[in-house]
Amino acid sequence: MATLAPESFQAHEEHGHADHAHDHPAFFARWFMSTNHKDIGTLYLIFAICAGLIGGAISGLMRMELAAPGIQYLGTFARWFGEANPSFDQSLHLWNVLITAHGMIMVFFVVMPAMIGGFGNWFVPLMIGAPDMAFPRMNNISFWLTVAGFCSLMTSTFVPGGTGNGAGTGWTVYAPLSTSGSPGPAVDFAIFSLHLAGAGSIMGAINFITTIFNMRAPGMTLHKMPLFVWSMLVTAFLLLLALPVLAAAITMLITDRNFGTTFFDATGGGDPVLYQHLFWFFGHPEVYIMILPGFGMISQIISTFSKKPVFGYLGMAYAMVAIGVVGFIVWAHHMYTTGLSVNTKMYFTAATMVIAVPTGIKIFSWIATMWGGALEFASPMIWAIGFIFLFTVGGVTGVVLANGGIDDYMQDTYYVVGHFHYVLSLGAVTSLFAGFYYWFPKMSGRWHSEFLAKLHFLVFFVGVNMIFFPMHFLGLQGMPRRYPDYAEAYTYWNHFETVGYMVMAASIGIWLVNIAYAFAVGKHAEGNYWGEGATTLEWTLSSPPPFHQFETLPVIDDGAHH
Amino acid sequence: MTVGTDAHGGSAPARDFAFGRALKAIGLALALLAAPQAAFAAGHAPETSAASVTLPAPATGAPATSAIAARAPDVAGNPASATPGDKLAPAPAGSYTRMKPTPGIGMPVDGGTGLQSQHSPLGEYGRWFHDGILLPLIVIITLFVLFLLIWVIARYNRRANPVPSRTSHNTLIEVVWTLLPVLLLVGIAVPSIDLLAKQYKPAPAKALTIKATGNQWFWTYTYPDNGGFEVTSYMLNLPGQPAINTGVREVGSDPSDGPAHLEVDNRIVVPVGEPIRMQITGSDVIHSWAVPSLWFKLDGVPGRINEKVLFIDRPGVYYGQCSELCGARHGYMPIAVEALPRAQFNAWVLSQQGGVIDGKPKPAPTGAEAAVAAAVAASGTPAAADAATAQPAAAISPPAPAASASAKPAA
Repeated sequence: MATLAPESFQAHEEHGHADHAHDHPAFFARWFMSTNHKDIGTLYLIFAICAGLIGGAISGLMRMELAAPGIQYLGTFARWFGEANPSFDQSLHLWNVLITAHGMIMVFFVVMPAMIGGFGNWFVPLMIGAPDMAFPRMNNISFWLTVAGFCSLMTSTFVPGGTGNGAGTGWTVYAPLSTSGSPGPAVDFAIFSLHLAGAGSIMGAINFITTIFNMRAPGMTLHKMPLFVWSMLVTAFLLLLALPVLAAAITMLITDRNFGTTFFDATGGGDPVLYQHLFWFFGHPEVYIMILPGFGMISQIISTFSKKPVFGYLGMAYAMVAIGVVGFIVWAHHMYTTGLSVNTKMYFTAATMVIAVPTGIKIFSWIATMWGGALEFASPMIWAIGFIFLFTVGGVTGVVLANGGIDDYMQDTYYVVGHFHYVLSLGAVTSLFAGFYYWFPKMSGRWHSEFLAKLHFLVFFVGVNMIFFPMHFLGLQGMPRRYPDYAEAYTYWNHFETVGYMVMAASIGIWLVNIAYAFAVGKHAEGNYWGEGATTLEWTLSSPPPFHQFETLPVIDDGAHH
Repeated sequence: MTVGTDAHGGSAPARDFAFGRALKAIGLALALLAAPQAAFAAGHAPETSAASVTLPAPATGAPATSAIAARAPDVAGNPASATPGDKLAPAPAGSYTRMKPTPGIGMPVDGGTGLQSQHSPLGEYGRWFHDGILLPLIVIITLFVLFLLIWVIARYNRRANPVPSRTSHNTLIEVVWTLLPVLLLVGIAVPSIDLLAKQYKPAPAKALTIKATGNQWFWTYTYPDNGGFEVTSYMLNLPGQPAINTGVREVGSDPSDGPAHLEVDNRIVVPVGEPIRMQITGSDVIHSWAVPSLWFKLDGVPGRINEKVLFIDRPGVYYGQCSELCGARHGYMPIAVEALPRAQFNAWVLSQQGGVIDGKPKPAPTGAEAAVAAAVAASGTPAAADAATAQPAAAISPPAPAASASAKPAA
């Protein structure tokens, strides 16, 4: 990892008053026409937090309904969403709207904006010693396209989508349910929301690739880049290659829906399964897009609080590259029950299992980084250690699900829901919280409460495990996913999970209190508040960093390890 | 780590698989892939002793029951037959009695944490693979990682180890933790690929074919080998909930009903102990025909027919649910499979409107009935039965047991 040659660098001291009135534009110009990577990163984070609270509230509605068998609340919820006198079918349709909105919000408007737009925008330029992103104005367009996409998705909830208001297709938008199965404009709005968010992400990816390739500080070779920057580079390539495929697939959906084409309609020579191939060609890299930046953050945090360089740096970097490459050739493991041929299924089983190897390298390298270290259990470190455990649980159930033969049982059961929430809700989101506590004082200049941060972890850890671990039991017992109602036998664990949701929700309350605490009474943070273990370039700057940093580029010492 | 049946002769070596013999096992897997899995077919050959299963005696003096009458609403005290005319009702009592499910078999159990009990050879193999190999392995790996985490937390915290080492490389250990997972995965791949190969073993040419079609939001089952009749299967309504399927009774109104949410008005009835060629499709959107206790899940995609062998070890009722999001009532189109011995299955077929066995409907209930039955039993393809085919569904009455048993196709 890069180490700074201190004598060769000065941190923009001459205009060091970051909050000086003439240093940045006035409010509207600063926040609505921003070209500053840190401000845009902040906007992304605020946006992701808002979207996350909405998406999390939706899961609260779902867990409420699932607390007991039978339909108790959906009719009431449907009234909230504007159905004056909802029929039973409209209530059931609302369930599908909720699962669709929850999935799309969490994937496209929480995890991706927070990871890539938020932390990526903030810290990639800082870590490579660049003054800003390569294309600052495109950066701004990326953000506002994401917001526009979110507005389109929210709009879809209130317009007709077939049985009732809203798009009830699942986040996967499978044809023909999303074409002939869902008349009305809701699904068009939902699809268009993915177009907008996808366009924003593609531009963001171009921006990151260009920035990382061209704007590294003198002396920072690719093999000296911090692992978070490596993770963002790989993620950007995945975005760039995967999102156009999604855009094509959902554009074909739009034309099938509105213009009489039959790409996915067998009666016109099309094929519904073609849509699934296209979707998952995007969809599987997408799950690595969501987790790879988390890997990068965890590497930075583990290294910082172990006061050691990352163990096996090159192995870690190329493990991410390998995950990215292999992530593109495993997509059909989401489609084991669609009627694939036996050879196809065998190939995808084998290829999918291969991913466990680089993932294992990462888990073991993190532990080896801690091995022999002088561990300091600050809040980001506790979150990071929690991440390693939770991601391991999600990873090993992934090995189970990789087996095509097992999926004749597991496909579309709660086992799958448990698996992907362990890697995403517990993996990606835990890494987001770890990154949040790691960098929050850097971004805001204010200290959060470390006590509340650790309490947040403890309650969150208990809550999410209560929600998601029993999902494996339900899946093994055969409970299908995307069901608003279930057989009596599934009652015990469903009720248990709903209690777990309340615990998790309480932890989010602690987090929000912590943010309020930081802004109200939090102490001012120094430049490098984590001390000797924090060696990347952002720690050479003040907290918060100046509005424009690195006007004199830092020079990376050739004598650094690697 | 046991497989409860000998049906998997071909997989026996894989069962003894140990990680240390991974390479040998790869070779075995390749051999298994290449081999036509003859053992599967042999192990799954239908029982030839179905004649020993006694059929309920025909109702004495049963009149010639017309197809219309078979749908009359007074059958077996079962109000299901009061369903709208497009839904087929069960047949008169005497020929076929709806089976009562065994609690805990073919359905989830209260607060259960493991796989449902398995009642097919594939399911037993799959359960062995999951419970015997995958689950122990992932538990061990997770506990190992947890142990390492606790170890470094305890041993290498700032107080216990104030001066951090600067070690950042160790080629040997990096190679080890790359290769060891590879070996483990190869070990998993052997039974995994074997299971896949078994799942794709095609049905014998003469196997019974049943087509399941997913509709929003019910299943229809067509029996092309038995006259092409169709069974329409709706979920039974739930007490205390709005009527989900109008005209369908509430669950629990018949003693043979299984759990709420899982029971249907008309089950798919299949013969036990023989391979069945299940063809799955969808009429509107994608559905998925899934029965966990039979290790069966296959999507019903409009415009395409997916095919897979269903083989059920023992008689019983096995429940499943639609497993691909298909719209508002996705959660309300369960699957109930009633597996009967061949003779009873045949009786059920003949009780359905247009149901025939080996191209022969139920013989006419004339005085010559016994003679016809005897002829069928004796020759298998008597002219009398052929003649009866010429007037399909002209008359339906319970068959003689002997006729029914012998009419079973030799698969």
